[in-house]
Amino acid sequence: MYQFDKSRVDLAREFKAAPFGEHSPDLQYLLNILRAPRPGPFHVLLIDRPGERWTLGLMEPGRAPVRTNMVFTDLAAAEWHVFRERWSVLAGAECPVV
Amino acid sequence: MKRVMGYCDRWSAGPGETVRFKVSCIDTTAYEAQIVRLKQPDAGKLATGFAPEPVEADCNGGHEGRYQPIPIGGAAAVGPHVALPGGGCFTLCGWVYPTTPEKGRQAVMGTWCEATRSGFGIEIGADGAFALRVGGTVLSSGVRLVARRWYFVAATFEAATGTMVLWQEPRTDHDFHPVDGAVVRGVAGAYGRTAHGFTFAAWANGAAEGPSAWGGLRFACHMNGRIDSPRLASVALDRAGIARLAGDPLDAALGRNLVAAWDFSLGISGETVSDIGPRRLHGTTINLPTRAMRGWNWDGTETNWTRAPHQYGAIHFHDTDLADACWADDFSFTVPEGLRSGVYAARLTTPDFEYWVPFFVVPPRGVGRSKVAFLASTATYTVYLNNRGRFLSTTTERYQGRVTVMDDIDALLVEFPEMGLSTYDRHSDGSGVSVSSRHRPMQNFRPNGRHWNFNLDLFIIDWLERLGGDYDVITEEDLHTHGYDLLKPYAVVLTGSHPEYDSRDMLDSFETYLRRGGRMMYMGGNGFYWRIAHHPVRPGVIEVRRAEGGVRAWDAEPGEAFHAFSGEYGGLWRRNMRAPQRLFGVGFISQGFDHCSYYRRTGDAADPRVAWMFAGVEGELLGDFGILQGGAAGLEIDAADWGLGTPKHALVVARSENHSNTYELVAEEVLIPHGATDAVINPDIHADMTFFETGQGGAVFSTGSIAYAGSLGWNGFDNNLFRLTTNVLNRFKDSKPFPEPGA
Repeated sequence: MYQFDKSRVDLAREFKAAPFGEHSPDLQYLLNILRAPRPGPFHVLLIDRPGERWTLGLMEPGRAPVRTNMVFTDLAAAEWHVFRERWSVLAGAECPVV
Repeated sequence: MKRVMGYCDRWSAGPGETVRFKVSCIDTTAYEAQIVRLKQPDAGKLATGFAPEPVEADCNGGHEGRYQPIPIGGAAAVGPHVALPGGGCFTLCGWVYPTTPEKGRQAVMGTWCEATRSGFGIEIGADGAFALRVGGTVLSSGVRLVARRWYFVAATFEAATGTMVLWQEPRTDHDFHPVDGAVVRGVAGAYGRTAHGFTFAAWANGAAEGPSAWGGLRFACHMNGRIDSPRLASVALDRAGIARLAGDPLDAALGRNLVAAWDFSLGISGETVSDIGPRRLHGTTINLPTRAMRGWNWDGTETNWTRAPHQYGAIHFHDTDLADACWADDFSFTVPEGLRSGVYAARLTTPDFEYWVPFFVVPPRGVGRSKVAFLASTATYTVYLNNRGRFLSTTTERYQGRVTVMDDIDALLVEFPEMGLSTYDRHSDGSGVSVSSRHRPMQNFRPNGRHWNFNLDLFIIDWLERLGGDYDVITEEDLHTHGYDLLKPYAVVLTGSHPEYDSRDMLDSFETYLRRGGRMMYMGGNGFYWRIAHHPVRPGVIEVRRAEGGVRAWDAEPGEAFHAFSGEYGGLWRRNMRAPQRLFGVGFISQGFDHCSYYRRTGDAADPRVAWMFAGVEGELLGDFGILQGGAAGLEIDAADWGLGTPKHALVVARSENHSNTYELVAEEVLIPHGATDAVINPDIHADMTFFETGQGGAVFSTGSIAYAGSLGWNGFDNNLFRLTTNVLNRFKDSKPFPEPGA
């Protein structure tokens, strides 16, 4: 069974280069793990200005989202930020790809 | 924060007709209203600038407002009657199928009034067991109920002695799950007559301060679960007598002791609950709880309730049922003669907040003021209203392939769950939501926020405005009501980006229109997919039974695939021998939400039959740009399928490619799981841009993609998809007949 492997920084590089669109099978497996439902708040992007600016929020099921101080003007950058946050939780250390 | 919400009584209005707006204020008593025409969505700097056009109207300006609660929760009620026990003996019995016995106190049935603490009734107590409530005395069975199992429950009260008895008897359910019953006895004092009558699945709770779903009352203690065959007598029977009271047919020996024998299998399509006893204590359902539900005696020999209604005598009540917020009118707008048909809205504002209440100005009935009609997908809008699963479900991100995007209006659903659910959600007890109503405030019917349905369709309006604004707007709700006559005046009818839900009358109207030379531009993806049923008397209320197959948030339970409103079999039109490919050449094949792709011209594009379509259209790739995730082909996409009904002479003029891993084959295409189901490895996943002639000079053009509309305005409308689509519209407006198919 596929499991998270913090040595696979090649997958982090692949995601950073193209967060949307076709992924390699191993990256898709990794994303399925990173995006799996788990207890606690999950990430949402709150629209500040349509198509222009979003704030990262954290939302507990059944509760209103709580804004963070992370603001993005590019959705790809937001995806990369969330990817790194989730990687660090699973790896116990920051993602080495910056 | 000072906020305002609202909705209106109708979604379409012609000249001289009046739209009434209902408004609720939160932390304020004042708001501004402005009627505007919507000509594009609020889509950011890459799209046409958002510029709602003010419309002169008497209702424009400042208004006083107040908070209006929403009386959510299913129930049924019978009005006051002298025969209802008001202090004397009684026997009350029926079949009950609790679905959330652990939730806390839930009314089953009786005259109990929560506000005055009087009357009697059976309820599910805080301990999760049936309880008999007589005046101030409560007798619990003490045995916790098991969810989703049928129980026979009966209760008696002997006034002379105060003796009360409660029976809780589980029904064997073809398995060996241990379920216990109980018989308990107690003594109660007197109880009084209550003013409101008799209720099911909720207790009356005094006069409502504001909107009421029935009788000017508030309700409390809503039950989740089913009730079947409730009976009431004015005598305390023993167990053998209770068997006679519950029997079918009614025992004539009960005589005048029989107060009522309600049969929920009668009038399933409507809202009346019928008493087959001699007193005819008929009542009504409240907030459209689900009917045509398997009863306690359903044995699997019949799955169509219209052929065995006696096996469908259950009503499933939910504390999240909502048919109508019942808000009072606050202001109105009468459509002036001469106002262009189009998409309009009341813009409600406070200093802190903005809320939109859209509606459609349609031409006078039977009149076309243009050759072109845009058919607003009001059936789909209704079915999707207040879809909270999209951003409250933790599984959404996985299938969408990106972090969920939401805004302050979406968040209203978290703060105000009484705004109700969509048919993409489940009730609080996990049952699928099969009914949606537009008579309530809504979060996802507005020109901003996530681009989907109404908001996304405004890209098509944006394109039509760019072409000079010569179009009428008509609605699916009116199409269901008026049929082909609504389409008849037009040379060409354009759909929205996602016309997913259709009644039989709607499909019949399209077919008639096309067979008589009409032209249709299917401007989206995943259209004509699910069968729906409109409520027989309430406009704007739609039922969908998600039966057998299809991409769906829930599926109909066994034996419950037939709509209550119409008696028709639900589910995919494909399973009703009317796959979308038959009328429109293409049908749903895949969905993905991370990235949109492009079309590539096919060899069919060089066919002389479509030379006009490609005149001046440059490039091998079409729509490799767009506001919706970078391309015209994506979100939900359709493919031709000759086996499902694509006409053999249809031309697939362009086909999309290069879709991502999140694009999976639709469930109905995967009978045996095989793993090769995403677009990276499955060649069946693509959007087919399709054209064919229909006879009598008519034709169909289908884009096969929801994202298509988001590319029309790219680069200031200077792009090849704009050119191609405009070519199609112009040719379809031209009265010159298309050749007969195969000619």
